Amino acid sequence: MLTVENTKAWLLRFAEKVEANKAHLSDLDSVIGDGDHGNNMARGIKAMQEALESKEASDPADVLKNASMALLSKIGGASGPLYGSAFLDMSKQAKEDASDVSAIFRAGLSGIQKRGKAEPGEKTMVDVWHPVIKALESGELTTDTITDAVEATKPLKATKGRASYLGERSIGELDPGAVSSSYLFEAWLEGED
Amino acid sequence: MKKIINQPSQVVDEMLKGFVYANDERVERVPETSVIVRKDKKKGEVALVSGGGSGHEPAHAGFVGDGMLTAAVSGEVFTSPSPDQVLEGIKAADQGAGVLLIIKNYTGDVMNFEMAKELAEAEGIEVEQLVVDDDIAVEDSTHTAGRRGVAGTVIVHKMLGAAAKRGLSLKEVKELGDKLVPNIKSIGVAMTAATVPEVGKPGFTLEENEMEYGVGIHSEPGYHRTSIKSSSEIATELVGKLKDAFEFGDNEHYGLLVNGLGATPLMEQYIFAHDVEKQLEHEPIKIEFKKVGNLMTSLDMNGVSLTLVKLQDDWADLWYDPVHVTDW
Ligand SMILES: Nc1ncnc2c1ncn2[C@@H]1O[C@H](COP(=O)(O)OP(=O)(O)O)[C@@H](O)[C@H]1O
Ligand SMILES: [Mg+2]
Repeated sequence: MLTVENTKAWLLRFAEKVEANKAHLSDLDSVIGDGDHGNNMARGIKAMQEALESKEASDPADVLKNASMALLSKIGGASGPLYGSAFLDMSKQAKEDASDVSAIFRAGLSGIQKRGKAEPGEKTMVDVWHPVIKALESGELTTDTITDAVEATKPLKATKGRASYLGERSIGELDPGAVSSSYLFEAWLEGED
Repeated sequence: MKKIINQPSQVVDEMLKGFVYANDERVERVPETSVIVRKDKKKGEVALVSGGGSGHEPAHAGFVGDGMLTAAVSGEVFTSPSPDQVLEGIKAADQGAGVLLIIKNYTGDVMNFEMAKELAEAEGIEVEQLVVDDDIAVEDSTHTAGRRGVAGTVIVHKMLGAAAKRGLSLKEVKELGDKLVPNIKSIGVAMTAATVPEVGKPGFTLEENEMEYGVGIHSEPGYHRTSIKSSSEIATELVGKLKDAFEFGDNEHYGLLVNGLGATPLMEQYIFAHDVEKQLEHEPIKIEFKKVGNLMTSLDMNGVSLTLVKLQDDWADLWYDPVHVTDW
């Protein structure tokens, strides 16, 4: 069940993790992308924190919507529209039913896929969202699921986004967007116990 | 990193302020945004809006003005602007005849501009989009995000800007663009990578005696790393690639751009242009127009790119139509 309070607390934990790992995310992106993912995400979550603090929210859907608008307008790059769309669709689903968290995450994934057209296995953030949601739906989500999903992006060859220009050379590296997405789910799990 | 800057996080805002200071007879900045728009808007003309990450100057703000772009939207360095910024660009540019978005083919740019298009349409503005993908260093297959948009985008700005000024409708300008883009192909070479101010070090390292063919304008990897070659050998390679891609035929007409990537002196660009000329002498094609200079740069990357456009109809006339922008 999402509430205004636990949604805000979750997103603030997400923000902390991104901020703490900003350099790490950019380093990962400089290996198979253009080195800006950490800076992009940090800019976005700073705006999100400000929005969460300053904007009124009467239900969790509002919280997610405010976060979506901040991320969309401040991240930029490929991950901006993707996180923005994910949060916007999570907000819509939360408006319908705030009690079913896996359905909310599932809506977020479908927002990412509608915008970016990536399928699982293309070495993108989808490769974390997809297995994590599956595990959540069957009540089996642990931090190991998340870590394993991130690690599983290593052997994949990128066929979407900037990393796809590397072709074979993208094999053996972590996907930066998969790593930033793992923080979102880890932050969620931390609120569960 | 040696750069004439203040805070690395402020480079885009401060650059735009300087750009407007230098060119305020022609352009203005939409307050609170990264949008540069022409001052002398023409009611009833189709508006052209382009943009993308910063660091490619003079693209795109340097091409805002009569006969080219109506507005340009700048993102952070090498990072696409967000949909709300592009939306501001669309609103500022609209002259009542609809807006064409000219997008370089990068996942981020395409998604952000597309979202902006949806937002603008919801506000009742007619918007079309055109994605430019001229970089033949990248294979165009389902295994990549497709060919990247590079210096050839400037040709699209020029020709479609002329078409819009001649009074073509949004639909006609878009159709011309759809015909034009597949006829533009580019290929580049880098001696050094660019240093993004917020990163502080080059995007990749090339040894003193190395260079790389096919590098992208955000330091995306190329197709071949080799020891340094002479201008003439580089011209042979790049012309060869374009020749294969176009399959040059008798009596075909082309336009040509030699584009500096940021840190290559004009002297070297002209030396290279001369070598391109010598290579093309052996080919059956005719070059109708050429341009040499820094058009689509990559910050301080040392390198050049070569673009050819295969001409049809009155495209050469569109190229020669008068234009009043900062960097032509
Ligand atoms: N089509 C796509 N679908 C899903 N995720 C994508 C897609 N393209 C890129 N990504 C994600 O975006 C991340 C890169 O984000 P970022 O570096 O912020 O943007 P950019 O690639 O524009 O520099 C990648 O690591 C990947 O996870
Ligand atoms: Mg990146």
